[in-house]
Amino acid sequence: MDVQLIAMQLLSGAVLGAVLVMTALGFTIIFGMLGVVNFAHGALFMIGAYAGVAVAMQTGSFWWALLVAPLAVGALGLLIERFLIRPLYNRPADDPILLTFGLGYVLVEVVRIVFGNDGIPFSTPAALVGVVNLGIGYFPIYRLFVIAVVALILALLWLGLEKTRFGLIVRAGARDPQIMRVLGVDMRRLWFLVFGVGIGLTALGGVLAAPMRNVNPEMGALVLAEAFVVTVIGGLGSIVGAVVAGILVGLVVSLTSLVAPEMATISMFALMALVLLIRPQGLFGRAGA
Amino acid sequence: MQDNRTKLNAPTRRQVVGGIGLGTAATLLGMPLVARAQVEPIRIGFPTPLTGPFGAEARDQVKSAELAVKQFNDAGGLGGRKAELLVRDDKLNAGEAATRTLELIEKDKVHAVVGALSSAVQLAVNEVTRARGMIYISISQSDTINEVKDWSRFTFHEALNPHMTTAAVAKHTFKKGAKVAYLVADYAYGHEMLRGFKRAQAAVGAESVGEILHPFGAPDYSTFLPRINAMKPDILCICNFGRDQANSIKQAAEFGMKQQMKIVVPVILHNQRLAVGAEVFDGVVGGANYYWGLEETIPSAKAFNDAFRAANGGAVPTDYGAYGYTGVKSLLQAITAAGGTETDKVIAALEALKYDVAKGPQSYRKCDHQSIQSVLVLESKKKADMKNAVDLFRVAAVEQSGEAMLRTCAELGFSG
Repeated sequence: MDVQLIAMQLLSGAVLGAVLVMTALGFTIIFGMLGVVNFAHGALFMIGAYAGVAVAMQTGSFWWALLVAPLAVGALGLLIERFLIRPLYNRPADDPILLTFGLGYVLVEVVRIVFGNDGIPFSTPAALVGVVNLGIGYFPIYRLFVIAVVALILALLWLGLEKTRFGLIVRAGARDPQIMRVLGVDMRRLWFLVFGVGIGLTALGGVLAAPMRNVNPEMGALVLAEAFVVTVIGGLGSIVGAVVAGILVGLVVSLTSLVAPEMATISMFALMALVLLIRPQGLFGRAGA
Repeated sequence: MQDNRTKLNAPTRRQVVGGIGLGTAATLLGMPLVARAQVEPIRIGFPTPLTGPFGAEARDQVKSAELAVKQFNDAGGLGGRKAELLVRDDKLNAGEAATRTLELIEKDKVHAVVGALSSAVQLAVNEVTRARGMIYISISQSDTINEVKDWSRFTFHEALNPHMTTAAVAKHTFKKGAKVAYLVADYAYGHEMLRGFKRAQAAVGAESVGEILHPFGAPDYSTFLPRINAMKPDILCICNFGRDQANSIKQAAEFGMKQQMKIVVPVILHNQRLAVGAEVFDGVVGGANYYWGLEETIPSAKAFNDAFRAANGGAVPTDYGAYGYTGVKSLLQAITAAGGTETDKVIAALEALKYDVAKGPQSYRKCDHQSIQSVLVLESKKKADMKNAVDLFRVAAVEQSGEAMLRTCAELGFSG
């Protein structure tokens, strides 16, 4: 097994991880802030891909799709928070789980009715078609672009969280919502926005995945499980954890593919089990949280 | 309930009216069988996965099966006795399919079952029909259903099996000395396809440079592709189905592999090709039971397409859809030949039947009831070469119907 091949595997794994990070980030932020396990997350990833297809068909441009679709689906997220999740905040924790679980089914069915069962073609944008020789082998240009976009989003998120007043409130709110309320911060407004951003991120993941994967109503099913695994490994509610764990899972899946390809999917669950055994709170989770 | 009411001494008007209503409903549901025996319709149970990932294929199957039934009835049925199709959603789930099939047999009193669209689901249906001595014509690909362990004399297999499709595809794409790599879905159907291809590969004198098993339902294949690239094959055989096939071909194209090697699949699907797009599938070669373009050369295909178009607003039938037609049509022809629905007579009639209803001559082999039929080898067209939206494939070859394409009866475990 030569070095070039291993380098290619690592790069493939990094792309895989980058898409995982986009979905897991939203999942973990929503869980950390709102305490809601969003079972509709995979479905909203799929909605993001379909929104991208719809925008691209209207405008004829992938770039508009990349910009507009996450914003539109993020706005849908705001509506979901306002009218479906918010009434359940003072109810038992099971209620939002049941609600989002059902919502996921509804969204998948709606897409089946509107766009059909079989999925819909979505081409790689013309400017990013093709492969480039990296010295270790040929790699699709589009996948390199995905890494770049995810890196950019992460940088923006970091700036937003570390350097703005809003980011300060989010970080503090994640740590102790009660104190924030005592200090006069309107947590409801915060949760509203956080939910929208989280959904917008997973939708962006969906748009980015659309040229690589077949866009179909079930494309979010495994994504939900993956987001869950990454969140558990990274530590529930930890943003850094989601990023590190997402990349880690991508690499583990990729390297497993090299030695035991049929075990590729299961390897991420094995990693999760291992982390739970050694460090139950996750890599970056706070004990007892 | 009806009994209780009629036993009341002084029924009110409402009860009487209700009772009559229920009585009528019961009659319509076919309860007093004796009274209606003369005109009892021929009931065909049709489990198919209307919901789930193969919903589009399943709906095509239903449309085609309904067309076969309608043509039978329009032609006067069996001396005035009409046929009826009882469609049930099996949700692509073996347990659900078994339950629905049992209901069809016990409650709806069907005379035969046609349907299913998954190798696992059809085996579940076959379990139920076999145990109850009910004729079942499977219209989903499988090798195992022909083997003596799962087979029964009530079991018929109208669909192609992986052995046939891989043999035909390999014959027209593999060459002596060619290097072949395999990407295989790690479940029964994937392994059946691999086995078929490797057998054909040995016969042709091609060479395998590697096999990679991937988990069933994997959304991303980028982690398997660099290794395949490193094997430097001339041909990449992708042995998976449906969504897995769409994703793996899309990503192989993305990695520029179509310029390096020929991509070959055991089964190429009309609906999958539409869902994924022409650029991705361009040049991919695969097997099929049916393609509407056969109408240029085969009269029965033309007749089937025209009838289907007329009934469905100009749409053309698809590959898996056509199974619904050929399966139900062969059954009804056998029932006509047998002069009724008596199981043993219909089985004998099916075994003796020579039918050409959509794709040229077909017949059920005696030992395992596999439908002997042609296998099409299709190549996906470039967008620029398509004359219209459904002009998807070029018919590269038609591997003629014949027993030589099947495993021998002895190999399947049949003694005689």
